[in-house]
Amino acid sequence: MKKRYLFTFPPELVQEPIIWQLGRTFAVVTNIRRADVEETHGWVVLELEGSAEEIERAVAWAQARGVRVDPVVGDVLAG
Amino acid sequence: MQRIKGLKCRECGRLYPIEPINVCDYCFGPLEVDYDYAVIRRLISHERIAQGPRTIWRYRDLLPVEGDRIVDISAGFTPLIRAENLGRRLGLMHLYIKNDAVNPSYSFKDRVVSVATTKAVEFGFTVLACASTGNLACAVAAHAARAGLQACVFIPANLEVGKVLGAAIYGPMIIAIDGTYDDVNRLCSEIADRYPWAFVNINLRPFYSEGSKTLAYEVAEQLGWRAPDHVVVPIASGSLFTKIWKGYNELRLVGLIDSPPPRMSAAQAAGCAPVVTAYLAGENHVRPVKPATIAKSLAIGNPADGAYALQIIRRSGGGAAAVSDAEIVEGIKLLAETEGIFTETAGGVTIAALKRLVEAGVIRPDEVTVAYITGNGLKTQEAVIDHIAQPVRIAPSLQAFEAALAGSRLIAEPVR
Repeated sequence: MKKRYLFTFPPELVQEPIIWQLGRTFAVVTNIRRADVEETHGWVVLELEGSAEEIERAVAWAQARGVRVDPVVGDVLAG
Repeated sequence: MQRIKGLKCRECGRLYPIEPINVCDYCFGPLEVDYDYAVIRRLISHERIAQGPRTIWRYRDLLPVEGDRIVDISAGFTPLIRAENLGRRLGLMHLYIKNDAVNPSYSFKDRVVSVATTKAVEFGFTVLACASTGNLACAVAAHAARAGLQACVFIPANLEVGKVLGAAIYGPMIIAIDGTYDDVNRLCSEIADRYPWAFVNINLRPFYSEGSKTLAYEVAEQLGWRAPDHVVVPIASGSLFTKIWKGYNELRLVGLIDSPPPRMSAAQAAGCAPVVTAYLAGENHVRPVKPATIAKSLAIGNPADGAYALQIIRRSGGGAAAVSDAEIVEGIKLLAETEGIFTETAGGVTIAALKRLVEAGVIRPDEVTVAYITGNGLKTQEAVIDHIAQPVRIAPSLQAFEAALAGSRLIAEPVR
């Protein structure tokens, strides 16, 4: 399956090769569609392709590293 | 010629047909309704609008619906009040309050949900759904009832009682999720992938968000077809803020007003102020935060339209203010005590931010200023219950009454 995510990186992670590590550690294909990364912060919109379990594990790993992971649907919660 | 051309990616500009989709397949950017304003300009007029219903549907030519069946519970055309008492208190000569607390389900969400439900019926959906911090759940449940659709609304389990009740009365299935707002958000995006439901703020989001534009149209019409000089708008996802801006710009594009769009100022709670923080720091990035504020309807830590809202604040020459929980309560009380309007915490944020922006000289005393009040105070009673005067309890006698009166602030002499 394919799922779309917004990864937001705090300053301390901007220089870390998180997405490369994620692709090496889990059986998921990463496909970046848009990104904006500067010295102190950054975000990446990407697609993860793999089994549901593997995607879930990969996302949990990224969150544990300190990446904020949001689904790409805009803010569902509003008012 | 068609009024509505289709959907267009806000990032890469790719075009899509009118369908229940919200994300560009190519760049994953948000999709927006693309109008042919030349066609609308030929169609629309002040007179045509004046002949329409006293609801948001008087502006139908500027809304993304095509069928005959409109789902309308009388959202919109709410009062625009000349706020002389509050204006005097703050030092503003021309202050107005747009009171959207008096919509059918008591918040501005009736506007967006009326448009989304109309689209849901057009597309042939049978279940209307949303994830919400409360106001949206109320609006979805009410409109589903009117349209004869089933409703399923998702809320965080710690929601204010008034908002749960305000949704439950219409008979939807309410799912209260043990977790943070972010958890609700993630779960709903998965459910939307799996079930063929009309999630008003996911797959119907491009249509849903267009309803907010009517908050610009109405104010312009109520001011005698002109834009105000300055508006103050609360920011949660930033969608309301960007759509009000779009609304004023569209009125000019189709020839209904000559005045330039207003300066747009943003109001957020200090406990969740990613947009205001970025603005004040002069940054282009909106950094996510973990919300901690009594203004739960504004508690979105990573606002989807935050970057767009930031651009609009700067482009329009507006400002921004983030206010503390104590200031929010004061803001609610100030509006109630000066203008007789009881707003929820989001409205308290708006009034407190308005006060700050005047004090900082961002809003000039002679500007025609409109503060947008988006929800009703009865929904967030918890926020003010400990900050209001308690009833004076007495025995049923004149003597007891006069004893109580003597100890009060009331100035009153008996007639004899």
